[in-house]
Amino acid sequence: MNILYYPGCTLKTTATSLEESALKATQALGIELVELKDWYCCGAVFSLSSDDLMHQIAPIRTLINVQEEGGDRVVTICDMCYNTLKQANLLMKENPDKLKTINAFLDEQVDYKGKVRVYHLLELLKEFGFNEIKKKVKVKLNGLKVAPYYGCMLLRPREVALDDPENPGILEELMKSLGVEVVENPLKTECCGSYHTVNRKEIVEKKTKQIVSSARERGAEALVLSCPLCHFNLDTRQLEAGRLPIFYFTELMALAFGLEVDFSEHRVDPKHLLEEKGILKKIRVMR
Amino acid sequence: MATKPEMAKIYIMGKEHQVPKELTIMGALEYAGYKYIRGAGCRAGFCGACSTIYRKKGEYKLYSDLACQTLVQDGMRLVQLPFVPAVKAKYDLGKLDVSKNTVLEYYPEIARCVTCNTCNKTCPQDLEVMEFIQAALKGDIEKSARLSFDCIQCGLCAVRCPADIKHYHVGQLVRRLYGKYMSKKSKNLEKRLKEMAHGKYDSEIDRLTRASKEELRQIYKSRDIEAAK
Repeated sequence: MNILYYPGCTLKTTATSLEESALKATQALGIELVELKDWYCCGAVFSLSSDDLMHQIAPIRTLINVQEEGGDRVVTICDMCYNTLKQANLLMKENPDKLKTINAFLDEQVDYKGKVRVYHLLELLKEFGFNEIKKKVKVKLNGLKVAPYYGCMLLRPREVALDDPENPGILEELMKSLGVEVVENPLKTECCGSYHTVNRKEIVEKKTKQIVSSARERGAEALVLSCPLCHFNLDTRQLEAGRLPIFYFTELMALAFGLEVDFSEHRVDPKHLLEEKGILKKIRVMR
Repeated sequence: MATKPEMAKIYIMGKEHQVPKELTIMGALEYAGYKYIRGAGCRAGFCGACSTIYRKKGEYKLYSDLACQTLVQDGMRLVQLPFVPAVKAKYDLGKLDVSKNTVLEYYPEIARCVTCNTCNKTCPQDLEVMEFIQAALKGDIEKSARLSFDCIQCGLCAVRCPADIKHYHVGQLVRRLYGKYMSKKSKNLEKRLKEMAHGKYDSEIDRLTRASKEELRQIYKSRDIEAAK
């Protein structure tokens, strides 16, 4: 299966291990993520001002490129990109007058017809089937106790949520298919503090402490998530002893498919935990 | 007797002038009596010194171009822009810790790009300015350097940008990064630099600096040049 893919800037700069592991893991499933020939920074944050169409132009330009490359949908991996592209797309679909204004402004471009659908990789995996994923597992991640964490961008606002915004389960289902022992964390949909990490990091440190301790108290040895900003925050702002590794879901997939993963971008190194569980040894033996 | 040239009425900073229609904006300004003390360099579209902003008769849009490359039109209203006082980052090229976010560190405003495409529409070189800013944002320094290679630093993009990006300075930084840290090193250049350091060409330079004007003219006339095709 081939599908057009929008990486976003973060996956090309500070979260390269997310892209690398995602491409490896999807290839192992026979899914080919084809990067768009031309794409633009989505703006990272969806503008909530109702008259601020200027900040919708970048996501719409990218959606036009999807349309012109013949795609009826585009898949993102970064949660910020997913949320921004999907909200901008929804705004265009629900407001033909706004779409008309933007198309008139983009006079050097063909019109956006408003037909493209924005997907997150997790949705694509659900469509592929968790039972099918289970069949591809070569190294069962049994005994690894992991708490899924969603944060905001996959679930809020409700209109663009990829799962039940109050009680999502897509990460849990994926993890179970890899053999992971899922630890339920009631704070899995809490906000990590997001961009406060730039100039009010004490907010993020407080939120990180709450989220991670809640998982630890319930027996989790690590957290799994999808968003590069949540990853940066939870990974960097854990201050107390006994820090938990923070995995991208794609990294655990790659491991379960017997593939090597580069953890050099991680501040809390997960290798010790993975050695302890015998997972890295199993992968070495396979090679 | 030469035929009288066809004339155009133009407005330079609001003042009406009659100038021959075949003149460039640069020529027309001189015809009208203005003297360039800056804002004119090569007069051939390469140096980017002679940015001009103009409006055409009956239009509301502002256009920009190089004065030496643009012919006057009847009813044109224009002004010269000899300099753009844009902020320029200071860095020691030899000491940069190059990562995919180096450009963002020195020019964080590139993250404000809304892809309005105004820079592309403004560029007198028809460069893909927006694309080289976007490439820099993605950490693709090689692509950014390639796309900005023909930039002549006129600064018109920065004047029009709603996000206050200094595209031409960003282009200069990515090309310097590419040249210093990423491009293939030339062995011939290293060899030549060593020869120069060891004084191989000193006597020849001395000969030229001591030569009279007449001798220099002779040397220039008899120099090796590639035959015209």
